[in-house]
Amino acid sequence: MPANEPWSADRAREIISGHHGREGATLPILHEMQEAFGHVPEAAVPMIADALNLSRAEVYGVVTFYHDFRRQPAGRHVVKLCRAEACQAAGGDALAARAEAALGIALGETSRDGATTLEATYCLGLCAVAPAAMIDGKLCGRLDETRLDALIAEARR
Amino acid sequence: MTLRLFIPRDAGALAVGADEVAAALTDVARQRGLPLEIVRTGSRGLYWLEPMVEVATPSGRTAYGPVTVADASALLDAMTAEHRHALCLGPVEDIAWLKRQSRLTFARCGITDPRSLEDYKAHGGYKGLERALSLGPEATLDEVKNSGLRGRGGAGFPTGVKWGTVALARADQKYIVCNADEGDSGTFADRMIMEGDPFVLIEGMTIAGIAVGATKGYVYIRSEYPHAVTAMNAAIAAARRGGMLGAQVGGSAYAFDMEVRVGAGAYVCGEETSLLESLEGRRGIVRAKPPLPAHKGLFGKPTVINNVISLASVPWIMAEGGKAYQDFGMGRSRGTMPIQLAGNVRQGGLYETAFGVTLGELVDEIGGGTASGRPVRAVQVGGPLGAYFPRGLFDTPFDYEAFAARDGLIGHGGIVVFDDSVDMAKQARFAMEFCAIESCGKCTPCRIGSTRGVETVNRIIAGEDRAANLAVLEDLCNTMKFGSLCALGGFTPYPVMSALTHFPEDFGAPPHRLQAAE
Repeated sequence: MPANEPWSADRAREIISGHHGREGATLPILHEMQEAFGHVPEAAVPMIADALNLSRAEVYGVVTFYHDFRRQPAGRHVVKLCRAEACQAAGGDALAARAEAALGIALGETSRDGATTLEATYCLGLCAVAPAAMIDGKLCGRLDETRLDALIAEARR
Repeated sequence: MTLRLFIPRDAGALAVGADEVAAALTDVARQRGLPLEIVRTGSRGLYWLEPMVEVATPSGRTAYGPVTVADASALLDAMTAEHRHALCLGPVEDIAWLKRQSRLTFARCGITDPRSLEDYKAHGGYKGLERALSLGPEATLDEVKNSGLRGRGGAGFPTGVKWGTVALARADQKYIVCNADEGDSGTFADRMIMEGDPFVLIEGMTIAGIAVGATKGYVYIRSEYPHAVTAMNAAIAAARRGGMLGAQVGGSAYAFDMEVRVGAGAYVCGEETSLLESLEGRRGIVRAKPPLPAHKGLFGKPTVINNVISLASVPWIMAEGGKAYQDFGMGRSRGTMPIQLAGNVRQGGLYETAFGVTLGELVDEIGGGTASGRPVRAVQVGGPLGAYFPRGLFDTPFDYEAFAARDGLIGHGGIVVFDDSVDMAKQARFAMEFCAIESCGKCTPCRIGSTRGVETVNRIIAGEDRAANLAVLEDLCNTMKFGSLCALGGFTPYPVMSALTHFPEDFGAPPHRLQAAE
């Protein structure tokens, strides 16, 4: 994964101005902030509110509503396990438990060394090659114990 | 002679190694000095055979699958020497699973290069738009109405009627919004068409724009689909370069342009009014209707909001005529439905067919039963808000009304297969859990009821005061069903109540009926 940029108000301003005049720009701006900084920094919220003529509360409300937006950076690797029905039907419950045990963290947590964030996702659209996961943006289908273990090893580096 | 191969770039194929297979084939060919061209296509939808590699031969394409990196060398031997390899599936067009389908919407998916506008046009693309331009908006609208097309997102509202309302509305700006927030587990038709034939969606949205007088379109794609986002953006850029989007669509007097917006991981944004809120840059809180989006939609303007498959079905309807589409199907369900077989199924994938095929045919014959080899016990049809069906209801034909009559829904056409190891009480609890996680919070029955639902199912599973808690659960489901604004709170009772009705033994009660014969 590309390393996150350190917080910079100038960089945040540049991102915001790139969306000048766009209809409903809040989500596109937040996505780009997260891409740059690895999360949506607290300091970006008033800047976005100011630029879009919104209250801070409104922007804060958007950041907290959507599961994707992080308020702290994730670990170096992000493993998203699909926990929806199609993957459950194909043995996903046992794999999720195995991943949690191997990493010593629960879904939604980041390992103490900052290497791995383990998350649940509800459907990657890979339901015909279930169970599925995504690690650092790379898709993985037909997961079994062997493939999961390899994936976890990669995510601990 | 250059060997011409076709390998999917579809996310489902990538997840099982399509990129690695393409790289291995390229390597081996280079070592041998063999000229090789690889076209990255969409998927044909036969996922148990992915990664599937096709080779162009004088008599059409021949398929191989599922291919692994280790097969690369032997595969090239077989292709060049024309002897049969163990993974050879024969001519693609003769594969029974494909041959039995009626591929109208997915006609090009897996065949063409999704990055190439020329390839799209060479395979019949933009014929629908051409006809719409020659007919004009009113006749186009009539054609869509006559086709009998209903919303493929799940609600099944007649598309032509929706368009007609927007066409009649007076405003300085109207919008076409495509709902590509395909969050239902067990569904992937939207993803496949966006990755495999994005131009058909662009063409459908353009026709919609011309029919109702809208000049701007948005495709709202969920963030879990990064490959679909890339494919749509590339296709939109290509269509613009080729003059098929912009101030003069295809050289006509009509203007239409569109852009992709990416969601942020909220299931409820698949609900149309929540999606509109999200597009406007707000929390995805459901709006009360009326006003209908057709009157006051995106930014308060008249808006057509349709599912991906509804819009992608329009080019075929316009090219071949509404009557031709109407000839497929049964009852009030006209045309074809891309049905998605998923979960614990031997032959999972996308199967486009006319309405009317039975659930049993789909699961047992087409799906081939479970992947685990154990008996099928339950199938969930229509995503996390759809009902669980036991084998006893496998004679239900795939039709909006037939499913509704049996307290279910076809939704977006996903079927998730479970074997006999499934615990239906656990599935009922998950339905409530999912609703609790994803509720937008606007309606109390959905926001609070789902959490109370999880607790109540837990008590039933633990055997605490079972009869009383079952009554509470049923009451909660009724409150959610009738007291929620949208389908999230309103339909969560479907999986819960169907699990309870058809599989009472999993909730600690003795079986109330004989199991249907396997």
